[in-house]
Amino acid sequence: MKILVVDDEKDIQVLFEQRFRKEIRSGEMNFVFAYSGNEALFYLGQHKHEAVLILSDINMPGMSGLQLLHEIKSNYKTPPPTVMMITAYGDEESYNKAMSEGANDFLTKPLDFNLLKEKLKNI
Amino acid sequence: MSLEFILVIVVIRQLRKKLETAKAFPKWDKILLTLTIAAVCLLALQIAFSGYTSLIIWLSYLIWFYLIYIVFSRNEYITAKPLIFAILPYIILSLVNDILQQASKEIYKSWSNFLDAGIFFSIVWMVAMWIIGNKQKKALEKEKQIRLEEERQSKLTAMLKDQLEIQVAERTAELTQQKEELQHALTELKSTQAQLIQSEKMASLGELTAGIAHEIQNPLNFVNNFSEVSSELLEEMQAELDADNKEEAFNIAADVKQNLEKIIYHGKRADAIVKGMLQHSRSSSDKKEPVDINALTDEYLRLSYHGLRAKDKSFNATMNTDFDGSIGKINIVPQDIGRVLLNLFTNAFYSVSAKKKNLGNDYDPAIWVSTKKEVNKIIIKVRDNGTGIPQKVLDKIYQPFFTTKPTGEGTGLGLSLSYDIITKMHGGTITAETKENEFAEFTIELPV
Repeated sequence: MKILVVDDEKDIQVLFEQRFRKEIRSGEMNFVFAYSGNEALFYLGQHKHEAVLILSDINMPGMSGLQLLHEIKSNYKTPPPTVMMITAYGDEESYNKAMSEGANDFLTKPLDFNLLKEKLKNI
Repeated sequence: MSLEFILVIVVIRQLRKKLETAKAFPKWDKILLTLTIAAVCLLALQIAFSGYTSLIIWLSYLIWFYLIYIVFSRNEYITAKPLIFAILPYIILSLVNDILQQASKEIYKSWSNFLDAGIFFSIVWMVAMWIIGNKQKKALEKEKQIRLEEERQSKLTAMLKDQLEIQVAERTAELTQQKEELQHALTELKSTQAQLIQSEKMASLGELTAGIAHEIQNPLNFVNNFSEVSSELLEEMQAELDADNKEEAFNIAADVKQNLEKIIYHGKRADAIVKGMLQHSRSSSDKKEPVDINALTDEYLRLSYHGLRAKDKSFNATMNTDFDGSIGKINIVPQDIGRVLLNLFTNAFYSVSAKKKNLGNDYDPAIWVSTKKEVNKIIIKVRDNGTGIPQKVLDKIYQPFFTTKPTGEGTGLGLSLSYDIITKMHGGTITAETKENEFAEFTIELPV
């Protein structure tokens, strides 16, 4: 399973690689990282239909996670990739906005990786 | 010679009139009146016995001398003396004339020309005295009039002066009251100003809270997860060591060490944010301390950006920073300079956000922040490509309570306080350069 993680915090890569080290070692999961919305769109443009799951931060300089979500949901329809939003804004407004834009799930920081793993297994 | 009697009557009348004897000396008035009556009677007698009646003439002289005696003996008649002097020569000459006539016809005849001339001159004298006296009297009266007028004027002046003094006293009281009212108002204004400064700080703190929450959650995410994963890694390391897999155990140890460094880094990041927040809300201590202006600028830029993002999820902007690493630490009041920066950033983001709402996707909001060290000063520039500032409001932007934001969105104190902080507290300058609908650039120069 190829997963694209989008966040402007660079340490997120080390964190994911350590948290999912077993899954990565077994080849069960494959992570790609992008540090901005534009970078994520560029990657998706280059590697069509590769990433089945996108985990995106909302609050990023430049293109926000919600804009990215909007772009993905309107440009990549068949098959639509699963998009989960991960944000430090745990308020209801952010949640509603993300859901109305078509997000498949909504997680808040600090991220509970056990919960995330649980969700990934059920996809 | 009936002239003496007429003269007596006239003189007495004059005396009574001039000295107002009826009022001032009723006793003498009676005497004078009696004398007048006597003179009138004698005159009547003289006319009745038409001819030479020496007794009557002598009586007339008696009246005369008595009158003269009165005038010269009594002080209250002093003003009547000129009148007597006017008449005296005539009386004396008449007397001499009458005496000579009675005494010796011979002598009288030989002297009569002289006596007639003398009487004539004494009459002239009398008339002249009368004219002079009249003139003097008129002059005196005129003078009296002038004096009266002067007195009236001075009374009027005194009255006006009194009125003026009352008015002055009233005005002074009014002014004193006004002064007290103004002083009271000033005191109130000062306390209101202090309150406003505090509420402006709190308002900007409110703008910050969402940013602060976000800025704390992110480092916390790393602190929590890196520590959890490190504990897992340590378990794995133990297992590797049990399996005598030394190399793998070293690798894991290196990872754990790296994780701990990240935990420290992100822990400090959260700490700095909370400290900055506390500092921002605290009332200014006015104490300058060495501050890394680049770090301060970066921190407030992030805070204000996330603050705005928290309020408006659709908002975003490209932030371009260019920090001059050679600046080092400079002496400033960090929370105050922080407020200035926060204010400039908030304004910049507000401006690009407003423009974005108008133009939509064709517009890329961007903000540039730079620091630069020059001789004896450092320069901080905050530029945005937003709506710019219209020329007509450009010279008002530092005025207290001036705001272009809708009611409730801006206190109008941000730039005014910023101006005070930069110019008065730090001896620097703050200037704006702008083109409407294109850009706005604020430049702060701080002496070092």
